[in-house]
Amino acid sequence: MRSDGRLLRGAVLAAVGAGLLAPIALGLWETLRPAFGVLPALGRTVWSLEPWAELAALPGVRTSLMLTLWTGIGSTVLSLLLALGAAAALHDRIGGGRGGRWLTPFLAIPHAAMAVGLAFVLAPSGWLARLLAEPLGWTRPPDLASVNDPWGLALMIGLMIKEIPFLLLVILAGLGQLPVRRHMAMGRALGYGRGIVWIKVIVPQLWPLIRLPVWVVLSYALSNVDMALVLGPSTPPVLAVAVMRWFTDPDLAMLLPASAGAILQAGVVLAGVALFGAAELAAARLGRCWLRRGGRGLSFEPGLLLARGLVLALLATGALAMLSLAVWSVAWRWSFPHVLPESWSAKPWQMAERGWREALGNTLVLAAASVAVSLALAVAWLEGEDRARRGRAGWAEALIYLPLLLPQIGFLYGLNVVFLRLGVGGTTLAVIWAQALFVFPYVMITLSDPWRALDPRLVNAAAALGASPLRRLWAVKLPVLLRPIATAAAIGVAVSVAQYLPTLFMGAGRVPTLTTEAVTLSSGADRRIVGVYATLQAALPFAAYGLAFLVPALLHRNRADLRGTA
Amino acid sequence: MRQTLLALAALALAPAPALADWQDTLDAARGQTVYFNAWGGDPRTNDFLAWVSEQTEALYGVTVSHVKLTDTAEAVTRVISERAAGVTEGGSVDLIWINGPNFLAMKEQDLLHGPFVADLPNARYLDLSDTSAASVDFTVPVEGMESPWRLAKFVFFHDSARVAAPPASMAAMVDWAAANPGRLTHPAPSNFMGATFLKQALVELAPDPAVLQAPVTDDAFAATVAPLWDWYDALRPNLWRGGATYPENESVQMQLLNDGEVDIAMAFDPAAAAAGIARGTLPESTRVFVPEGGTIGNISFVAIPFNAAHRAGAEVVANFLLDPATQAHMQNIEVLGSFSVLDPATLDADAQAAFDALPTSPALPSLADLGPTLLEPHPSWMTRLTEAWAVRYVE
Repeated sequence: MRSDGRLLRGAVLAAVGAGLLAPIALGLWETLRPAFGVLPALGRTVWSLEPWAELAALPGVRTSLMLTLWTGIGSTVLSLLLALGAAAALHDRIGGGRGGRWLTPFLAIPHAAMAVGLAFVLAPSGWLARLLAEPLGWTRPPDLASVNDPWGLALMIGLMIKEIPFLLLVILAGLGQLPVRRHMAMGRALGYGRGIVWIKVIVPQLWPLIRLPVWVVLSYALSNVDMALVLGPSTPPVLAVAVMRWFTDPDLAMLLPASAGAILQAGVVLAGVALFGAAELAAARLGRCWLRRGGRGLSFEPGLLLARGLVLALLATGALAMLSLAVWSVAWRWSFPHVLPESWSAKPWQMAERGWREALGNTLVLAAASVAVSLALAVAWLEGEDRARRGRAGWAEALIYLPLLLPQIGFLYGLNVVFLRLGVGGTTLAVIWAQALFVFPYVMITLSDPWRALDPRLVNAAAALGASPLRRLWAVKLPVLLRPIATAAAIGVAVSVAQYLPTLFMGAGRVPTLTTEAVTLSSGADRRIVGVYATLQAALPFAAYGLAFLVPALLHRNRADLRGTA
Repeated sequence: MRQTLLALAALALAPAPALADWQDTLDAARGQTVYFNAWGGDPRTNDFLAWVSEQTEALYGVTVSHVKLTDTAEAVTRVISERAAGVTEGGSVDLIWINGPNFLAMKEQDLLHGPFVADLPNARYLDLSDTSAASVDFTVPVEGMESPWRLAKFVFFHDSARVAAPPASMAAMVDWAAANPGRLTHPAPSNFMGATFLKQALVELAPDPAVLQAPVTDDAFAATVAPLWDWYDALRPNLWRGGATYPENESVQMQLLNDGEVDIAMAFDPAAAAAGIARGTLPESTRVFVPEGGTIGNISFVAIPFNAAHRAGAEVVANFLLDPATQAHMQNIEVLGSFSVLDPATLDADAQAAFDALPTSPALPSLADLGPTLLEPHPSWMTRLTEAWAVRYVE
C-alpha cells in the first residue's frame, strides 16, 4: 500500500515536472537568450547586453515602467485595504458561505469582458456621462480622458473591481479559520474600537492565510495585458502591453529588446513581491510598538464605513458594466446622449453568428480539456498525499503558485518557440497545455481544503469493510467531494475562458476563443458585436457555476449532508 | 485605378502567365484549409472573408480560415519564430494581408514564397507593368511576391449634421482645430492609419515631395520634416484630449465619431462611411471629404510565407480574390465597398456590367470626388517618421 502511494506520488511529480515546470523553465530560457543578444534566426549568436541598451532607448519605456508600478502596486494596495475594510464592516452580516454567492458574478466574469463593459460605462460618451447629460445639458460628450487616461486610473478601477471580490472571498475563507467573534468581543470589552480590533488583532493573524493570494493579485496587476489594452493608457501603455507590441513589431530585430522587456517585466513582479515582503517585515516591527502603546482608536469607525461605501460603489459600477454588455448586444443605433438604445435588434447576434459559433466551440473544447487534465492531476496529487499520510511540503505549495506569480509575457514567447520545436506550435493541444498551466493551480488551491476536511471516518469505515484504495477513492471520496470538485471545475472553466495571452501566443491566432475575439474586436468599430462576444464570454463561467451548484443538488437530492457547502 | 488606365500601353509587354501548371495547383489545393492571416478589426472584411471561404470551398474544395490579427506584424512574428525554431515546412501562416513596411521586412528577410502572381490565371486582369500601382507597393517593387486584392485610398469623414465645412487641406486643420478644440484626433502613429495621417501631411507640406520616393537619408529627413513638425506643434494642443492620447486605430476613431466624441474620422477605404451607415455604426449624416490636393492611395496585397503549409490553396485563394465577379462583389457597398484593383480595360462586357450595376449611396463618393491619388512615400520614411514622432511626442 505504501509503495502504491509512492508510485502515484512519483507519477504526479513527473507529470507536474514535465508538464508544468519544464515548459515554464524552458520558456524563460528561450526568452532569456534573445534578451541577452542570442537569436540565431536573425544571425545573432553572441551574448551581449545590447538588447538592454536598445530597450532603455525605446521611446516611452520609462513612462511604461512607472505606469506599471503605479497601477499595479496602487491597485493592489487599494484593493487590499478596501477588501479588508469591507470585510470588517460586513463580516457579521455575510457568513463565509453566503457571502461568496453574491460575489460569484464578479469572480466568474473574465477580465477582458469586464474591461470592455467598463470602458463603455466610464467613457466620456458612456453610460455614466449619458445619465448626467440631460441634467447638465450636454449635447457633446465632455473632452475628458475618463478611460485610457494617462494616469491609468480607469485601469486601476477595472483591476480593483475584479480583484476586490477575489480578495474578499479569500479573506472570508481565512476568517472562517479564526475565532473572530471571540477576539472582537474581548477587544471591545477592553474598550478598543471595532476597526482597531480588526487592524491590531485580526489582520495580523489573517495575513499569513491570504499572503499568497495577495501576491497573485499583485503579479496579475503588474503584468496583465487584456485589461490594460482596453482600459489603460495607449501612448505609452503599461510595460506588459508595450512588450507585447514590441514582440509583434514589423522590425524583427525588435524581438531582442522585446525579450529584454519580458525579462524586465518578470523582474518588476519579483521586485513587487519583495516590496510587499519588506513592507510586511517593517509593519511587523513598527506594528509591535504601536500595539504596545495601546491606543483605542475609536476615530477609526468612519474609515470602515468609507471602505464599505467605496466597495459597494465599485461593485455597482462593475454590475453596470456587465449589464451594458448585454444591452449593446441587442442594440442597433445607440448614440450619445441616449440612455437606452434608439433601436433594438437581434442583428448583432446574426451578423456575427459564424464567428461566435466557432469561438464558442473552441472555448468549450479548451475549457473542457484543460479543466479535465487539471482536475485529474489535482485529484491524483491529493490522493497521493493521502496515501503517503503526509502533508504538503512548502516547496510543493510554492510550485502550485509558481505559474500564477510569474508574469505570463515573461515566458510565453519562449514557450511558443519550445512548442514549435516539439512540433505542436499553433495547435489546440498547445493551447490546452498552456491554459492548464494556469487552470491547474486554481483547481488545486480550491480543492485542497475541502479534500483535507473530509471526515476520515468515512474512509476508515470503507477500509475496514475491505475496500481497496482505488475503490475508497472512487466510491467514497469522489462522491462525497462532488460539490467541491464541481466548484473547482467551475473555477477552472472561468480561468480557462479568461485566458488571453496563452491562447493568442500558443494558438498562433488559429484557435480563436471568445476572449481573443472580444479583445481583438474591442479595438474595432462595432461595440454591438463586442457586446455579443463579451456577453457569451461572461455567460460561460456563469453557466459553469450554475452547473456546479445544480449537479450536486440534483445527484444528492436525497443526501441532506452532501447538499451543504462541504 | 487611374494609374492602371494610364499604363494601358504597357499591358502588351506584361509576361504571359504560365497557365499550364494551374491545374496541378488546383488538384493540390483540393481539400486544403488556408490560414489567411488578416487584420480582424473590421467586421465587414471578416464577413467578406467568410463569404470567400464559402465560395472557394464550393468551387475548388479549399476552405479559408480567417486568423484575425490585431496587427499584421503578429503574422510576421509568427513566421520569424517558426524559422527560429527551424520550421521550414508546414508553417502556420498560409496567406497574409500585408502592407508596405511588413512586405519590405519579409521580402528583405527572404520570408516570402514566390514569385507567384504571374502564375495566377486571373492575373490577366491586372496591369502588371513595372510602374503600375499593382507592381509597386510603397515604392518597393512587388516582383510577383504578393498579389493585389483591394484598392485603398485615404479619406476623411465628418458628421455633416455637426460640421458643415470640414478643413480643406491638411494645413487648414490647424485653424479648424483651434476653432474646434478637442474635436479632431488621429490614430496613434504606431498604427498604420495614424502613420498615414502623418504621411498625408508630409506629402502636402514637404518642400520637395519627390525626395519621398527614394529611401530616406538624414539630410533629406531633416529638411523635409521640419515644416511637418511646425504644423504638428501648432495642431497638437487642440487635438482631442490635448494630444495626450490617441485612438488605437481608425475603427476606434470611427466609434468616437459615432459617439460624438470627435467630429472627424479617417479610413483607407472610400466606401467605409456608406458601409458604416448601412451597418448602423455611423450616423446617417456621415459624409466623405478629402483635402484639395488629393490623398495617398495604395493597393492592399496578399503574400504567401516561404514555409506555408498550404501553398497551393493559398494561390487558389489569391487567384479567386482577383476574379472579376469577386472584385465586383467586394466593391458592392452592401458587402465591403472596396474599390476594385482590376484594370477596367481588360474586363469583358459582362464583368463591366456587374460593376455598373452596383448600388450607390449619398455617403459614397464618386471617383471624381476623391481627387488625385498621391504616391506613398518609400517605407523607410514611414518607419523613420513614426520613430521620430514617438521620440518628440511620447515622454
